[in-house]
Amino acid sequence: MSPKTKAKVAFFDFTSCEGCQIELTNLGEKAFMGLLDHIEIVEFREAMSEKAQGRIDISFIEGSFSREADRKRLEDIRSRSNVVIAFGACAATGGVTALKNHMSDYSEAVYGKDAKMPHLDSSFALPVSAAIKVDYSVLGCPMSQAEFVEIVSSLLHGKEPVIPNHPVCVECKKKSTLCRYGQGDHCLGMVARAGCGAPCPADGIPCEACRGFVDHPNQEALVKVLREKGGLSEERAFNKSRIFTANLRSDAVKGAGARKE
Amino acid sequence: MAKDININVHHVTRVEGHGNILVNVSKGTIEKIEWQVPEAPRFFEAMIRGRHYSEVARIVSRICGICSVGHTLASVKASEDALGIQISEQSFKLRSLLKHAENYDSHIVHVLFLAAPDLLGAPSVFPLVPTHGEVVKCALRLKRFGHEWGSIIGGRTTHPTRVVPGGFTDVPTEQELRTLRKRITDEMLPDLNTALEVLLSLAGKFPKFERQTEYMALHSDKEYGLYDGVIQTVMPDGTKEKYKVSDYRKCTNEYVDRRSTAKWAKNKMGSYMAGALARVNNNFDQLHPEAKKVAGLLGMKPLCFNPYLNSVAQVVEVVHSVHEGLRLIDELLAAGIKREPLVKPTRFGSGTGAVEVPRGILYHHYSYDKDGMCTGGDCIIPTNENHANIQHDFEKLVPELLKADKSEKEMELALEMLVRAYDPCISCSTHYLDVKFTR
Repeated sequence: MSPKTKAKVAFFDFTSCEGCQIELTNLGEKAFMGLLDHIEIVEFREAMSEKAQGRIDISFIEGSFSREADRKRLEDIRSRSNVVIAFGACAATGGVTALKNHMSDYSEAVYGKDAKMPHLDSSFALPVSAAIKVDYSVLGCPMSQAEFVEIVSSLLHGKEPVIPNHPVCVECKKKSTLCRYGQGDHCLGMVARAGCGAPCPADGIPCEACRGFVDHPNQEALVKVLREKGGLSEERAFNKSRIFTANLRSDAVKGAGARKE
Repeated sequence: MAKDININVHHVTRVEGHGNILVNVSKGTIEKIEWQVPEAPRFFEAMIRGRHYSEVARIVSRICGICSVGHTLASVKASEDALGIQISEQSFKLRSLLKHAENYDSHIVHVLFLAAPDLLGAPSVFPLVPTHGEVVKCALRLKRFGHEWGSIIGGRTTHPTRVVPGGFTDVPTEQELRTLRKRITDEMLPDLNTALEVLLSLAGKFPKFERQTEYMALHSDKEYGLYDGVIQTVMPDGTKEKYKVSDYRKCTNEYVDRRSTAKWAKNKMGSYMAGALARVNNNFDQLHPEAKKVAGLLGMKPLCFNPYLNSVAQVVEVVHSVHEGLRLIDELLAAGIKREPLVKPTRFGSGTGAVEVPRGILYHHYSYDKDGMCTGGDCIIPTNENHANIQHDFEKLVPELLKADKSEKEMELALEMLVRAYDPCISCSTHYLDVKFTR
């Protein structure tokens, strides 16, 4: 990516809520117009009718891989792109869409007698990396605006982006946010990957690890703390971390990890 | 005119989610007109089973990143109904203020970023940067403002943090509300006036098309229904009927139609419309005087049967929400804003909540067991409610376009613009049905 030509950037969406794409429009005039000085957006279905011609420097993919039918589109994006970035929790880990992965009756529960209809084909919600090689991830639900700008900026400068691997608890301490456990609540902050600035505990709700776990989380201790200090029932403590990290748990479904190269 | 037309728009652009348009005309005879929805299902209603009532809203918020405030509000209202919780007056006003922020925010995105390029003959907002740079910057500022407004109340706008069953986990400070008020009058209103001037100059470019249909919206005796109210429909002859929110299934009647791929809804007529135009048609008299003034300038008055003018109704609502927002801020400041403890459940059962999200009336319904764990849910999404109405519009519009001897390209644009006018939010489709049929 020479500094004289703008990097060609594209956005694609799969099984998702498109909230991460909406966060782009929340960057505001200054950051957004500043970004456009350095990148050229060549494809972004939610906002434009133009389609990319030729190679794409950076492709951002929002949403999980939940239908075999989507594999070809993902492979096509990979073959056209120099760098592929999983954009937000669903693409990076399966996110909330993986909350159904441990259930066997989700289709019947929603569609009743129509559950077996072929168009409702949906298998496990998996990270995009289960289908294609992914180079980087912008984590979070929604994705972190600051981290997005940081990753784009790093790549344009030929620098390796740094993604934190310390728990959210560190960020609460830095902000002097009172611990949820001290407020009669529970929290996943001690095993959740930081980088968001811990907005949830600061707003009075528990961290639910939307950015995934830190490396090597102690899941048994997590359940114990949720039960003993958080006052959750055995079952609720066990299920708590499924909300955003179902695919990162030790009992994740087969194939939830990155595809073997 | 024995001509052949083949329109196959795969994944309509500048809409939220994935939709396809299929039209086949052979030797002047229409063989197929279809509005399809191929969005991947996500099974949210199954995923909330076994979750605690305090978690459900944060999960269903993820149904849609654009109307996540609306899903959160419908969800906490349904949970509160099921748990016998009465929120405080302050919480009610804060939620109304947050609802206005979301409708403002979403309408700004739709009108200025998704619909306006069609009126200017551009494929997106990006080619407009060199020619209309100042307006694009103004649009970005207006969008960012909506995000900041909502964040002050809800913590953030994409998946709000502070809104929970029983009230708010945190509230804005008096100073934050005063600053918000000052910024609305000093920064946002001048930008909004700039945008309104541009929109007024484009108002004549909306396609002329009418089809009489039924319009469904929340109605409140106290104010223009957004956060709260009962269900109301207005028929083409102007007669109105009200339904209780708990009876939502009786007036949505989700069903499968062989001509369509999506689950459809209907009440008294073959289909109904939800969204800004439906709200304006139902509750025009309750709009803020400034909003009525803009409606007058844009030539909008009830009953309006042109679905393309849903975008105009959104502009009218933007003005309404800004001025109602100012009123609510003043009332909150006058009463003195304070942190309140969350109201606790008084029972565990079933309940329903309805709010007006940008695209129309949204229903959530849940049941809870004695431990406050969710045993089942049902979400009826405005975009799904509108699918049948879009299909019926297509069926009236395509013959009219053929008669007017429009080219394939012109027809394609007219159909895409119609879909965009509904501002569909297809990711929201928590459930839909896709019926394959043999040709």
